[in-house]
Amino acid sequence: MSHQSATLAAATRPADPTKLRALEVLPWVAALTFYFVAPGYEPLATQVFVMILFALSLDLLVGFAGIVTLGHAALFGTGAYAAGLLSVNGITDPIVTAVLATLAAAAVGLVTGALMLRTKGLALLMLSLAACFLLYEVANQATPWTGGDDGLQGVTFSPLFGIFPFDFRGQTAFFYSLGVLFLAFLAMRRLVNSPFGWSLRGIRENDGRMRALGCPIYLRRLTAYVLASAIAGLAGALQAQTTQFVALHVLSFQLSGDILIMLILGGAGGLYGAFIGVPVYMLAQDLLAKQDPANWYLWQGAMLLAITFFAPGGLTALAQQALSAIKGKLRR
Amino acid sequence: MIGSSIVAILFFGVAYGMILYLISVGLSVTMGLMGFVNLAHGVFAMAGGYATVSLMNTMGVPFFPSLALACIIVTGMGFVLERTLYSRLYGATELRQVLFSIALCLVAMAIVRIVWGPLAQPIQLPEYLTGQTDILGQALPTYRLFLVAFAAIVIGGLWLTFERTLFGARIRAAVDDRAMAQAVGINTKRLFAATFGLGTGLAALGGGLGADILAIAPAYPLQHIVLFLIVVAVGGLGSIKGPFIAALAIGVSDTACKYFFPEVGSVFVFALVFLLLLWRPNGIMERR
Repeated sequence: MSHQSATLAAATRPADPTKLRALEVLPWVAALTFYFVAPGYEPLATQVFVMILFALSLDLLVGFAGIVTLGHAALFGTGAYAAGLLSVNGITDPIVTAVLATLAAAAVGLVTGALMLRTKGLALLMLSLAACFLLYEVANQATPWTGGDDGLQGVTFSPLFGIFPFDFRGQTAFFYSLGVLFLAFLAMRRLVNSPFGWSLRGIRENDGRMRALGCPIYLRRLTAYVLASAIAGLAGALQAQTTQFVALHVLSFQLSGDILIMLILGGAGGLYGAFIGVPVYMLAQDLLAKQDPANWYLWQGAMLLAITFFAPGGLTALAQQALSAIKGKLRR
Repeated sequence: MIGSSIVAILFFGVAYGMILYLISVGLSVTMGLMGFVNLAHGVFAMAGGYATVSLMNTMGVPFFPSLALACIIVTGMGFVLERTLYSRLYGATELRQVLFSIALCLVAMAIVRIVWGPLAQPIQLPEYLTGQTDILGQALPTYRLFLVAFAAIVIGGLWLTFERTLFGARIRAAVDDRAMAQAVGINTKRLFAATFGLGTGLAALGGGLGADILAIAPAYPLQHIVLFLIVVAVGGLGSIKGPFIAALAIGVSDTACKYFFPEVGSVFVFALVFLLLLWRPNGIMERR
């Protein structure tokens, strides 16, 4: 166990956290290359960027603060519905709606988080689940506003910066979501390497000791929760803007579970898990669910079982182990 | 008119609550005993439902023997899974337990979908349990009446086992203080496996009995798990009476809410659960 936590610490803490490593450029290069290599796949790539942003926000909770939630879609959905409802009611500027949606999700996160984070363990898990189901049911029943089961129709947004319209090929959506993801990632990277980020790791590892050190546990966890809510809401807003549609699915327990699986597949607690887990998961889903949904469930379940039993650190940890094994061989 | 509808709501709510209780009580005891966050409990209820329906529809086994056989099969399944997979994750982080049990749900859903197809499996009840029966001038479905009576007998037996037998005393001791129970010579490993098997068997019974309330379809485990977890979380871990109260309250309030305010749906129940859990995070039966 101590070996594992040692490798985990090594994985989460680069030698100088503020220094940019060569590997860190890779995802962005890959994203831009993808644009030239695979034309026509922009909508899928956009979807991947949105989900990476969503998974990043969950990483802040699960990976850094150690808050396990089963209802993270509640905040993603809040952002998506906020953006969608604003658009339907005449506020269609993408930047303005994204900012307002982010604030709306942060507000929901503040209220639910302030209540939920008083509890621990099963109660916390259940409260996150209940909050998610509650919002889902509200959206489901408020048909006059949300369209209920049919989803929110007629969502359109005006051109980005007044210049670039959201076109059919999805080029604007592609660069817009990639840009937002990049900015949000820079902010997250800064955040988790700040003293605040390290205090979150401390709380995750041993909250009793952090309390003894004089760290305001509840406030730190709540701050992390509100920040994660804001980012999840931003991802939701992007989803509404790039697909021009909001379905009930954005608030579902299923989405909460899926995003958790994507993050764990990549590896939580290192910021880069989202960049590996989400594309792998979504590509696998695209390939496997086409034939038969049952097939996809089976693969998804088998993959998750393998991860829980054999690779709790996810794909990033596996890659890290492989890399250090190769390095060790070369040195000898 | 209002009076008779209140009687009907109470009746349907109690029947619903009893099914919820039968399925969830095993979850409550195993979660209290092993501290395992098990989101896959619905899998066993679903397995019980599918086993019952298949035995009846394809092999022509009568209703009661099918139900009993289904319970035995699923108990064995639970026992084996506990020994092979669950026991490896005792003491692991909540997150790993959650992920493992979600994975189990997904695999079970896939298998069921491949074998039985995506549609819900209808249950063919025996002739004498269909139709309506008049009770005090009110016509109530015979099957629901049977269901309430049958579940009451099972629950009575369960409580007797829990309160009056050595096996029950061992479980209670291990829930209260596992280390101490071990120290006085209780074989907790065997106890965990037996309890897990019993819990899954009860879930199978609930799944089979409740096939016309909670339809037997591949989405079952994830669709209903929130209900079972709510019963356990509100009732209190490791308790067997708390979940009974919780299950009846949820059954009746959900039924009433859907009858009087259909436009509000389940919002009320989730809001209530949210508030209850904030007020008593460890369940309504928490000893202080």
